[in-house]
Amino acid sequence: MSRSLLLRELWNYRELFYFLALRDVKVRYKQTVFGVAWVIIQPLFTMLVFTVLFGRVAKIPTDGTPHAVFYFSGLLPWIYFSSRLNLVGNCLVTNVPLVKKVYFPRIILPSAVALAGLVDLCIGSLLLGVILLYHGIGLSWSMLLWPVLMVPLFVVTMGLGMFLAAVNVKYRDVRHALPFIVQIGIFLTPVIYPVRAIPEHFQFLLSLNPMSGLVEMFRFSITPGRDMDWAGIGVSFAVVIAVFLGSLMYFRSAEREFADIV
Amino acid sequence: MAPQIVVDGLSKQYRIGKLERDTTLRDKLVRMLKHPFGSRDANTETLWALKDVSFSVDPGEVVGIIGRNGAGKSTLLKLLSRITYPTAGRVSVRGRIAALLEVGTGFHDELTGRENIYLNGSILGMGKAEVDKKFDEIVAFSGVERFLETPIKRYSSGMRLRLGFAVAAHLDPEVLIVDEVLAVGDAAFQKKCLDTMQDMRGGGRTVLFVSHNMAAVENLCTRAIWIDGGEVRMDGTTRGAIDAYLSASAGARETARDLAEWESRRGDGEVQYTRIEFLGPGGEPKSLIRCGDALTLRFHYRAAEPVSRPSFGFKILTELGTVVTDISTWLHGVEIPWLPAGEGYIDLEIDALNLLPARYHLSLSITGPDRKVYDALAHCAVIEIEISDIYGSGRVIGSRFGILYVPQRWRFNGSHVTKHSDLSDLSSQAVAGGV
Repeated sequence: MSRSLLLRELWNYRELFYFLALRDVKVRYKQTVFGVAWVIIQPLFTMLVFTVLFGRVAKIPTDGTPHAVFYFSGLLPWIYFSSRLNLVGNCLVTNVPLVKKVYFPRIILPSAVALAGLVDLCIGSLLLGVILLYHGIGLSWSMLLWPVLMVPLFVVTMGLGMFLAAVNVKYRDVRHALPFIVQIGIFLTPVIYPVRAIPEHFQFLLSLNPMSGLVEMFRFSITPGRDMDWAGIGVSFAVVIAVFLGSLMYFRSAEREFADIV
Repeated sequence: MAPQIVVDGLSKQYRIGKLERDTTLRDKLVRMLKHPFGSRDANTETLWALKDVSFSVDPGEVVGIIGRNGAGKSTLLKLLSRITYPTAGRVSVRGRIAALLEVGTGFHDELTGRENIYLNGSILGMGKAEVDKKFDEIVAFSGVERFLETPIKRYSSGMRLRLGFAVAAHLDPEVLIVDEVLAVGDAAFQKKCLDTMQDMRGGGRTVLFVSHNMAAVENLCTRAIWIDGGEVRMDGTTRGAIDAYLSASAGARETARDLAEWESRRGDGEVQYTRIEFLGPGGEPKSLIRCGDALTLRFHYRAAEPVSRPSFGFKILTELGTVVTDISTWLHGVEIPWLPAGEGYIDLEIDALNLLPARYHLSLSITGPDRKVYDALAHCAVIEIEISDIYGSGRVIGSRFGILYVPQRWRFNGSHVTKHSDLSDLSSQAVAGGV
């Protein structure tokens, strides 16, 4: 199928995309006492623990940014990435009946799951606004970048996720590897520490992690005054695009077999 | 008229062995280390689910796909609906397709009936606007009005089925592909499905329909394709294909039974049955028996010594042991004064076996005067009457309609009524479509 055909197909199936994303949003907090509050509880408490543990006890520098702001602005994109990577990576094996009994462009499934997570991110972003107010950090033009950065965040999460989802169809190792990747990932991403706090030659290695540049940029958009590793951020964004295109190609070549082997 | 569906040299191969072996990366790595240059398919088993299947379907045709389990019917439907891809060959379908391979696909337990209607509708290819428009009809059809706002995990399995089918019944595609949805649910549900299917054909819609219910296929379809072992065995009239398929599957069924060695028999044994055969009007072995068919029963016997005034008789019994009929030469008034020693046979020719579809048992006897019993065999053979469209009415007549077919006609206020009007519509359509 050519690219224009794929795009037209995606357009034809836009309503399915919408309803699958809606299903994901609606279902997640059904039959829970706190409901949507979980969206806030998770990053908020993680932030509090980080503030006490890494800020007060371990005294890891935060570039002069208040601890709460520093951790929370890094945690929001990271939590989106880690939780959605897990869900997208499993989206084909958790929707076997759909894959085996209905035709639709398969790419709709990972993209709908990745999209649904942005709802949480938006709610978390509102809470970040409250925290900024509390610390007396005023509005700045760079804050307009915050929502724009959700696009590359979505792209890399969906990209890496759909690659893992396609591999997962064949090799269920992915299911076991995913929590592990996510667990280690937070230490290889500047969520707890600023990039400038680590030795220079490691900074390049760090920039190969696409989430590294993204987290830095998210943080930059609300506290623009800090010293930034722009070259590293450029590398990270290039990796985002490469990961997405590579994953897309792999997914498209593997999708013909999904219904047969999932 | 350009065909709506073209299937050309379609083949689908499944690798069976490979999937079993390599489901974790570790296995694959280990195997690569062991046989770094070995061919990967060395000990992979393959299965051709479909082999070089070709046919085309014109707009408005209603085609039944029949065949035993594992024949490749479902694979064919999956290829037509693009769920899976062919190993070789080509499928092209013009127009909007809806494939109904399962009722209620994608239903989510935690969502309410209302939410699931929208979700399932979009999965089957209906837009939100379309569901909005048909929402009330769908709800009325499903009969779950009161539980619309209840999560469907609290629904009974029957309610789920009805809801799923209600959504599917309101699809409006140009090409409809249906797989065995009638097989689920109770009798009332199946009847509703069948009626809906009746309504859904027509209007120029092209339908492909897989079912094991031969009566349903015969009622609904204008043409049938019989698939066996992944290949098209027959593509023709519905009746022709069904007969060919049923005869082939009945081929394993016996058309004769040797009775000479039958253990559990009573009687003094001067004359004994040795064999029973089921024959068609031309004397050919008959394995497929439908309601109303002509049938000849040939009873072979061997008389050890000359026997006087024997009467050959047999009973037809239901599965529950009720005697449907008891027939004998004596009752019929056929007098056989004397039977010489040796072998011979006697034929019973039945003009129309008016039994409704079910499984019947036969008991045989040869009796003499003064309550003498020469030979008696209980439940020694079986007649299977196949389900069929007995009245030509589009109604499925199965065993629950009793055991006896009564030839009949109806008159209303003196005027003769023949068949369904929509049935004559259908046959004229079939002619116009150039079947």
